[in-house]
Amino acid sequence: MTISLRSLILSTALLVPGVAAAAELNLYTSREPGLVAPLLEAFTEETGVTVNTVFLKDGLAERVQAEGASSPADVLMAVDAGNMNDFVEMGLTQPITSKAVLAAVPTALHGPDDQWVALSMRARVVYAAKDLDISSITYEDLADPKWKGKLCIRSGQHPYNTALFAAYLAHHGAEATETWLAGMKDNLARTPGGGDRDGAKDILGGICDIAVANSYYVGKMRTNEKDPQQKEWGEAIKVLLPTFEDGGTHVNISGAAIAKHAPNHAEAVKLLEFLTSDDAQKLYAEANFEYPVKAGADLSPIVASFGDLKIDSLPLSEVVAGRKQVSNMVDKVGFNN
Amino acid sequence: MTTTALTAAAKTQAGARSALRRAPRGRTGRAWVWAAAGVAVLVLIPVAALLWQAVQGSEGLWSHLWAHVLLPALGQSLILLGGVGVVVIALGTSLAWLVARHDFPGRRILDWALLLPLAVPSYIIAFVYLDLMHPLGPVQDTLRAILGYASPRDFRLPDIRSMPGAIGLLGLVLYPYVYLPVRAMFAMQAAGLLEAGRMLGCSRRALFWRLALPLARPAIAVGASLALMEALNDIGASEFLGVRTLTVSVYSTWVTRSDLPGAAQIALVMLVVVAGLVALERLGRRRQRFAGGAQRLRPVTPLRLHGLRGWLAFGLGALPVLLGFGVPLAWLISESVTRIGTAGISAQLRTETLNTLLLSAGATIAVLTGGALVAFAARLRPGAVTAGIGRLASLGYAMPGTVIALGVLVPVAGLDRLIDTGARALFDAGPGLLLLGSGIALGYAYFVRFLAISIGGIESGFSQIPRSLDHAARCLGHGPGASFRRLHLPLTRPALAAAALLVFVDSMKELSATLLLRPVGVETLATHLYGEAARGTYEEGAVAALAIVAAGIAPVIALARLGRRKSTMVG
Repeated sequence: MTISLRSLILSTALLVPGVAAAAELNLYTSREPGLVAPLLEAFTEETGVTVNTVFLKDGLAERVQAEGASSPADVLMAVDAGNMNDFVEMGLTQPITSKAVLAAVPTALHGPDDQWVALSMRARVVYAAKDLDISSITYEDLADPKWKGKLCIRSGQHPYNTALFAAYLAHHGAEATETWLAGMKDNLARTPGGGDRDGAKDILGGICDIAVANSYYVGKMRTNEKDPQQKEWGEAIKVLLPTFEDGGTHVNISGAAIAKHAPNHAEAVKLLEFLTSDDAQKLYAEANFEYPVKAGADLSPIVASFGDLKIDSLPLSEVVAGRKQVSNMVDKVGFNN
Repeated sequence: MTTTALTAAAKTQAGARSALRRAPRGRTGRAWVWAAAGVAVLVLIPVAALLWQAVQGSEGLWSHLWAHVLLPALGQSLILLGGVGVVVIALGTSLAWLVARHDFPGRRILDWALLLPLAVPSYIIAFVYLDLMHPLGPVQDTLRAILGYASPRDFRLPDIRSMPGAIGLLGLVLYPYVYLPVRAMFAMQAAGLLEAGRMLGCSRRALFWRLALPLARPAIAVGASLALMEALNDIGASEFLGVRTLTVSVYSTWVTRSDLPGAAQIALVMLVVVAGLVALERLGRRRQRFAGGAQRLRPVTPLRLHGLRGWLAFGLGALPVLLGFGVPLAWLISESVTRIGTAGISAQLRTETLNTLLLSAGATIAVLTGGALVAFAARLRPGAVTAGIGRLASLGYAMPGTVIALGVLVPVAGLDRLIDTGARALFDAGPGLLLLGSGIALGYAYFVRFLAISIGGIESGFSQIPRSLDHAARCLGHGPGASFRRLHLPLTRPALAAAALLVFVDSMKELSATLLLRPVGVETLATHLYGEAARGTYEEGAVAALAIVAAGIAPVIALARLGRRKSTMVG
């Protein structure tokens, strides 16, 4: 293991024994590895703590629950406030007590009893074909029949979508939400599926004109060196920041919690402190193209180009409460079929 | 393969059958039977766990699940299975007829090449064609260039992400399940029979429809039911192509709704569908005795196709090989070359390859051991008990990976906790999650799923050994263990090797259970590919897919050789 000079000096200065060699941390995350990796590398660089990452696309909570008290998990990271609340409801987390962490994240972005904190925000936006004559859109518009056969979206059961639908529910009530979902379904250009990037790809491919997707993928595509084709997808679209007719743009969060039985509690706290530090928040913005949670952190130029984000004022906890209900509605209108 | 093996077995064993009834009774081999029963219990535990899960109730969501999830998924699954059934039967039977009854340039190559699509797992063919057939992909690019369209907005083909797309792609890689047994059946049908048909005034076409096809029906049923089990088990292709099958619903009910009991209930419905397919297969096998074992006469002389007709036949026969194997392989190679050329092979991918190999090797050893126990117990003490054990232990081959994973998770996690708590109490330190964390849980799922392959393979290997040898060994004072070691094991080495190869490659390809049970931090080649396809990025997935396909070619070639040896034996 290589230890940076800085961390060596730090650890010597603080007289912390054994940090360099043995310190370890087990991170369970449902986030894409590519998104988390740069942050973790920086963390290891700074603290000398090795991070063993377990990437579980699905079933993370069930896994930790099944592992029970012997779970090696220290930190649980997931996207979507609903997923984070699931951890709490299943009793997999413990309150975060670090003052540095709690102070860095606005209180509105804390989980119940500080059981989790948000680390970054993303907006659920609309990608539109570059040459499309449109400069603004509302979420309500997505069900407008003028988009018939022109809308692309990923699975209606995906947390990104259920959170958005739940926000719609909180704004407009059950009946209107079901009508809206059915209207969107009628507008679909293809069966819901794939990832958010597929929306941009399919817009370039002429399958659809608009797609619902997360904000950060635009930066991820436009700067993709690994797969240069994605640059073309990213360049083929413009980003509209939709709003609710009576509100703002729906944002969701990525968050982290300390596992209830964390064997490496000190390192877990250290990771959270790092992730809410200025450096990491900058990385979230620059490398991940997310909106930082910490006040005053800069946006990436690509994200800044989307325009001013007016965050919907509904508290996330209220939004999340409707998730199961909209998930059932998604089934009921046959959104994915 | 099962069919031909079985028919051959039936023949060689015809005489030994009476001896079989006089097999030794008493205490001999009891330990083996108990061990075999233990193996069967291992297979049944997940089923029991699944039932237990299912009766936990689903917080009153059952009616919702039933009306809005299960029924649509069942509908989609049945449409998918129906469509795939039609495609595999049409393709498999007509190709078998073409190759078994005609002679044309390149027939010998096609004979085995038609099996090659077996090497391409369904999620890989979907992964490849999603990219190839996308409006931005090479196929439509070329098409637009030829037709003179500038943009996909002006002209594009229908989206492949649809039910017909899923049916076509699954059909392309699953038809060999029908082709293989049906070809063997056509090759075995005696010339005399067909000549009689000719004399009674049948045209060649009528011969096919009225004689050859009805006689091959059992083989078709067996092959089609196997293909449909694979289709039901598929998770990647359906998900990538937007088809909400039962498998996808089990998965999503488990992971997005966090509703294990609900998932278990859907899984039970899947098992009902599976039972239907198993019944179909058994029905096919039962009739096969009449059709296959009747006579051993002169084989048919194939009809020679000359000139253009010959080449046309070759072209038609080569098309499925090209679409189901050649095109995917070529695409994977070209993508991999580009990828490796620019970025090399990442350390991550190397680790994943190693993980895959280790997991598959471990599973293979376990599966062969279990299979040998069950098969040898049946050899030692033939009868209803061991036959029943064999059937129970083989249940897993019909159970989709998702269902097995669901059944394995709960008991294994419970055992893990027990071990850990016990160890903590005794030694102040626990091993953590011994079984889930080490991959043993996943290996267990592979064991349940693939045990049937080794039982079937080893049993048919044993059936080639005359029973008189067993008796001779007994007379010479060898107990069951010694005769197993010194007689049966060496004599069945080819069958063991074939079974090992199949299990190894199937474990490598396995996706649905692997996704849910892989240990902490472990990715295999298959899950890597799934991850990339699921989030719509195409990075190292092609390299991973190429490795899986390359490994899958070996057993297909072995299978083709086996087939050839069999046909020379018959002919």
